[in-house]
Amino acid sequence: MMPLALSESYLFGLPLVEIWFVVMFLTLAMFLWLDGSNFGIGVLFGLVDDEEIEESMLAAVAPLWDGTEVWLIVFGGAMFAVFPDVYAGLFSGNYMLMFLILGALIIRGVSPEFREQRHDETWQRVFGGLFVAGSVLAPFFLGMFTANWLVGSTDLFTVPGIVVGLAVVALATVEGAAFTNMKIEQPTGEITTYGTLAQVAYLVLAVTTVAYLYLFVAGMATKVMSEFSLALVGLTAVLGVAYIVMLRSGQALYAFVMAGVQTFGLVALVGYLLYPTIYPITGLTAQKAAVSELAMNLMTVVLAIFLPLVLMYFAVLYNAFRGPVQVGEGY
Amino acid sequence: MVDPVLASRLQFAWTTAIHIIFPTITMGLAPFLVYWTWKEVRGDGEVYARLRRFWTKIFALTFVTGTVTGIVLEFEFGTNFASYATQVGGIFGGPLATEGLMAFFLESTMLGIFLFGRERVSDRAFLGSAFLVALGSWLSAVWILIANAWMQTPAGFKMSERAGEQVAVLTDPVAAYLTPRFFYMFTHMQTAAVLSAALFIAGIASYKLLTTDDRSAFWMKTMKVALVAMIITAPLLAVHGDAYGRHIHDTQESKMAAIEATWETGGYAPLYLVAAPTSTDNVVAPAEEDLFTVGIPWGASMLAGAGDPSTVITGFEDIEHDLPPYLLVFYSFRAMVGLGFWFIFLALWGVYRWRQGSLLDDTLLQKAMVASTGLGVLAVEFGWMVAEIGRQPWAIYGELLVSDSVSPGLTGGEAMLTLIGFVGGYLLLFGTWSYLVYRLVRSGPAAPESESTASSEEVSVQ
Repeated sequence: MMPLALSESYLFGLPLVEIWFVVMFLTLAMFLWLDGSNFGIGVLFGLVDDEEIEESMLAAVAPLWDGTEVWLIVFGGAMFAVFPDVYAGLFSGNYMLMFLILGALIIRGVSPEFREQRHDETWQRVFGGLFVAGSVLAPFFLGMFTANWLVGSTDLFTVPGIVVGLAVVALATVEGAAFTNMKIEQPTGEITTYGTLAQVAYLVLAVTTVAYLYLFVAGMATKVMSEFSLALVGLTAVLGVAYIVMLRSGQALYAFVMAGVQTFGLVALVGYLLYPTIYPITGLTAQKAAVSELAMNLMTVVLAIFLPLVLMYFAVLYNAFRGPVQVGEGY
Repeated sequence: MVDPVLASRLQFAWTTAIHIIFPTITMGLAPFLVYWTWKEVRGDGEVYARLRRFWTKIFALTFVTGTVTGIVLEFEFGTNFASYATQVGGIFGGPLATEGLMAFFLESTMLGIFLFGRERVSDRAFLGSAFLVALGSWLSAVWILIANAWMQTPAGFKMSERAGEQVAVLTDPVAAYLTPRFFYMFTHMQTAAVLSAALFIAGIASYKLLTTDDRSAFWMKTMKVALVAMIITAPLLAVHGDAYGRHIHDTQESKMAAIEATWETGGYAPLYLVAAPTSTDNVVAPAEEDLFTVGIPWGASMLAGAGDPSTVITGFEDIEHDLPPYLLVFYSFRAMVGLGFWFIFLALWGVYRWRQGSLLDDTLLQKAMVASTGLGVLAVEFGWMVAEIGRQPWAIYGELLVSDSVSPGLTGGEAMLTLIGFVGGYLLLFGTWSYLVYRLVRSGPAAPESESTASSEEVSVQ
């Protein structure tokens, strides 16, 4: 008996491998929801003309971005720690795509901070433009990565890659529009319109993706037509309509939550379609890809202690910055 | 065709070398920010709020650049070193995931509050956020160094099969993660980070004292707190650096041989000040007759054995595997140690002038401080080169070669393309960061409140 072994590799009656499979996708979903709304604000930043709203959007993101991006780091870390073969296969298999993702994230990360440092027009235009480019490209490439993972491809440009990439950009815009309306003093019709359009685009792209999987990806048909995945698609459609109604009636917070549930739904669908396989290219199952029991037990203990704390930090952070943003706040 | 192994090694070396600049500065600055924030919320004078605000701007800029460059490193294990990830991910990935969960989340969420929450949270919560940012940044170093120490002195695992491959399986977490090397690395790295930040701060303060007539409390207080940090950390680095060196002698014989450029195994080994190959054929793999050296008799053995000149050092002649590029290790080590002695001298000089009350008058000292602004970070770079290049050709010392760690499908063309991208991209990032820090320094801190708009709130404090 190992010193830290939990009983028979089960926790609350669930096998640890399955817990970690879910945890890995949960961190991805948290990233796509929280950082996704930041990306969405970046997308909208490129669409909106009103300087005051632009500054509000930047101010709304500024305190949150550092924290939200860590969800991606933890997603990578969890995959590395618990399913290293998958991490190695996906990251090296999608070599050029990974560098496009990293490039987009770097540009997205530094440009708002750099933009604030100088107040002349050219400087602000350049870094404003880079902020928009990074915010569009990062979710797009991440969507491509997810699609490649799901269909077992390593090609840079594929039809499902581009469709899912666009879907994730649309979803980010959906989240960003709700978040912006939450944070500005006077929600605007312009943002609401973009949010509505993005939601419609997301629903179309999501359905297209599911149809593509059903028609063209070997072995997916049965799973796509299962009650669970059809229910997820139906739920997404209902949430999409509810989102539009909420956004239009000024209930931006609820719209933001709806978009969040849609995000979790999308990621749940990916996880469901994969399982029990975790790496379709070789057909490797989650069970076979998982690290030793002791290492997994250790990570589970770390998770059990720190995940609640992490959620608390986010509660503290979002609570400290609740309510409409005041431009010019900060250090 | 370019070798994907070489291109991947260069890429990792380059991205790490640039990345490490930023966390070194933020880890080092963090305790200073806690101190100034504490003085600010205690109401010890407006100057502390200005100090906190000015240095926070530099901290924020550095943090964000460090974050984006750091994500790349985590992903490179998967993109370029997939075989490494497969074989040792079960042990090495754990500390990285734990870093994210335990440290990086704490640091980055609390940073949001520390940067933007001054008006939104109470004084106590604000001070708490400063402390938690510092704690998070130091805990990050704990987990990164736990992972790195395991690469240097691997323990607590056995080889076993998973999905048809031989992989390292954790057997003893305490042995794997609390290696003796970790304690040497952590104390050395964190002390070096504080010293680097102190030099950075002192250099900037000296620059302002030299180039402006601002003799205000602001820059004097900056100088003094930096000098306090320097006089504590600079000698301390020499003390545990010496112990760390003995530990390397005990655990990594090829790194030790490279540090001392020792050919022959035996006691009474000299401490070389100069080592040079006599032909370009033996830059990496020297032969006895080809190595030109100038050294102090017995020196290396006495350092390795805490004063005992008979201490045996294993020479290149008895090392079975390929050697690390020993000249890089040899000179990096000497550059690091040389800089270390310079920092001790600088700290003593500064404190002496302070005690004399002539800190402001000694322009030579101020110029020396300005010239040393980035030297702490440079010494950290040299230290990392000793640690990482000295570990070559191993990824996991004695267990897994770097050449067996690279992604199997990776082509030289792909690796070269991304290497070029990172060299260009990181130069741009570093350049922009330097330029923006320089701009912040040039414009200096905001004027005291009392000079612009007298705030009744500020006056009523205490």
